[in-house]
Amino acid sequence: MKKIGRFLLGFFVVALGLVYLSPIYIMLVNSFKNRAELYQNTLALPSSFDFKYYADAMEKMDFLQSFFNSLLITIVSCLLIVLFSSMTAWMLVRTNNKLSKFIFMTFVATMLIPFQTLMMPLMQFMGKIRDVLGIPMLNTHGGLIFMYIGFGASMAVFLYHGFIKSIPVSLEEAALLDGASKFGIFWRIVFPLLKPITVTVIILDVIWIWNDYLLPSLVLSDRALRTIPLSTASFFGQFTIQWNLAMAGLTLTIIPVVIFYAAAQKHIIKGVAAGSVK
Amino acid sequence: MSYNNNIEKRAYMNETHSYVKLKEGLIMKRRQDKAWFALFTIPTLFAFVTVVIIPFIIGIYYSFFSWDGIPANPKIFVGFENYAKLFGEQRFLTSAWVTTKFTVMTLVAVNVIGLSFALLVTTKLRVRNAVRSMFFMPNLIGGLILGYIWKFIFSDAFLVMGEVTGFKSIFFNWMIDPKYSLYAMVIVFTWQMAGYVMIIYIAGIGSIPEDVMEAAKVDGANFWQKLTKVTFPLLMPSFTICLFLSVSNSFKIFDVNLSLTGGGPNNATEMLAMNIYNEIFGYNNFGYGQSKAIIFFILVAAITLTQVAITKRKEVEM
Repeated sequence: MKKIGRFLLGFFVVALGLVYLSPIYIMLVNSFKNRAELYQNTLALPSSFDFKYYADAMEKMDFLQSFFNSLLITIVSCLLIVLFSSMTAWMLVRTNNKLSKFIFMTFVATMLIPFQTLMMPLMQFMGKIRDVLGIPMLNTHGGLIFMYIGFGASMAVFLYHGFIKSIPVSLEEAALLDGASKFGIFWRIVFPLLKPITVTVIILDVIWIWNDYLLPSLVLSDRALRTIPLSTASFFGQFTIQWNLAMAGLTLTIIPVVIFYAAAQKHIIKGVAAGSVK
Repeated sequence: MSYNNNIEKRAYMNETHSYVKLKEGLIMKRRQDKAWFALFTIPTLFAFVTVVIIPFIIGIYYSFFSWDGIPANPKIFVGFENYAKLFGEQRFLTSAWVTTKFTVMTLVAVNVIGLSFALLVTTKLRVRNAVRSMFFMPNLIGGLILGYIWKFIFSDAFLVMGEVTGFKSIFFNWMIDPKYSLYAMVIVFTWQMAGYVMIIYIAGIGSIPEDVMEAAKVDGANFWQKLTKVTFPLLMPSFTICLFLSVSNSFKIFDVNLSLTGGGPNNATEMLAMNIYNEIFGYNNFGYGQSKAIIFFILVAAITLTQVAITKRKEVEM
């Protein structure tokens, strides 16, 4: 009796999971259908798997170009956020004075500021830097990455800070007596210990930066520089009535996410659980 | 006597000598420490200050001016006029009201569904890990792309489903009805967030000690009693986090809003974040739009701080 009940519950839960993902199914099947077939029944499987809309969407979205742009921006931003924020957080934990407390509290407090409050003055200020100092902050990948470091710092420092507090100082003190520099101590002894939280920071930042739309839409204007969300938005604006083409385009954008999820699922779920404590 | 004195004197001199040396060393070390502190913190602080702190301050300054965003045109100081105006602007107030409704609806939907999912996948079912991955999946896809997928479903796919099944009272184009457009927003946001809060609830349920559950079982508690008397009180910390996350994320929603409804029909689903975006970059009211952005910040901060304070207090009571 109990076994049957458990089997039924398991069946029900799997069915629920499949229903939950039905939008993905609808997107997928309709990306293969021609117009007539699509309007006959949106839920049915396609009569044939025709990849012509994919080829078309790939070209119209500049998919490969925007994929590599997204990849570059996400990877470089994440690496630099990890590099700088971990160093900063360590220094703030190990320096016990008012200044480091003040800096840390500022990081935490600014997590409350929504992006919409900063976007306009940020663009003005970056424009000023470009005009006055000649540093191309706008419409360059470098400028965008710099902004991601600034925006990502608060959360990363916060997460590292909490983690580092739980690491005993004794190891570092022993190395200090052996004459190691702070730089050496951090990179050789401390940073390897931070691996679990580094994974969390990377996961959270990858999800955020890969999917971010508003900031890159304000910073990047050249077609050749666009990230995936930007090219999706402009593609969708043009082909909104051609649903099959649009669905093929959307499927393309989801493929990298699915691969990332399949490859790092355990880390992702752990990272999200650990990072949510903010 | 003099001999003794000499020794003392020598000892004293030795001491001062090493003391001076020590002090010099300390000063050196302190200077070095300061240099290390700077080296480790300045790169992050530099980016953080230029991208967050300075724009925040400039933003407050701009909110007291009337300006169309064109550098050549003058910024006219208007004091608190922008702020006075926005509290009388119908579209802004409607937007605030719609955002509030949306936040309340998603708060309930996200947490009820997320918690139910968590309870389902923490049973001893063999399929639990696979199903957990399925529920979490939508969270990885960006709000913009999710909105586009659902836009197709709520418009043309629903029309076709209505034709096929005959249930035209449910399956019609939701995107042309203001009320249903808002429901569509709630559904899509819930779809995205439920898996996320599920993960947090799973972690919370996992941290409940086994013996507490055993004790309840021995005492003859049924499923419902175990749930409400044991699980829920012990999940208070998870509730704090999840309520906080769903409230602040839904209050700040932008991407789904942009791609799913675009604020329509007739601005009926224009949330605050989008209203601010349109005011600044759509109508070029930079100063006025920025004053809205400052009010938006105050609202977000106030909501999240009170909410954390309230749930933290409850945690202690429990």
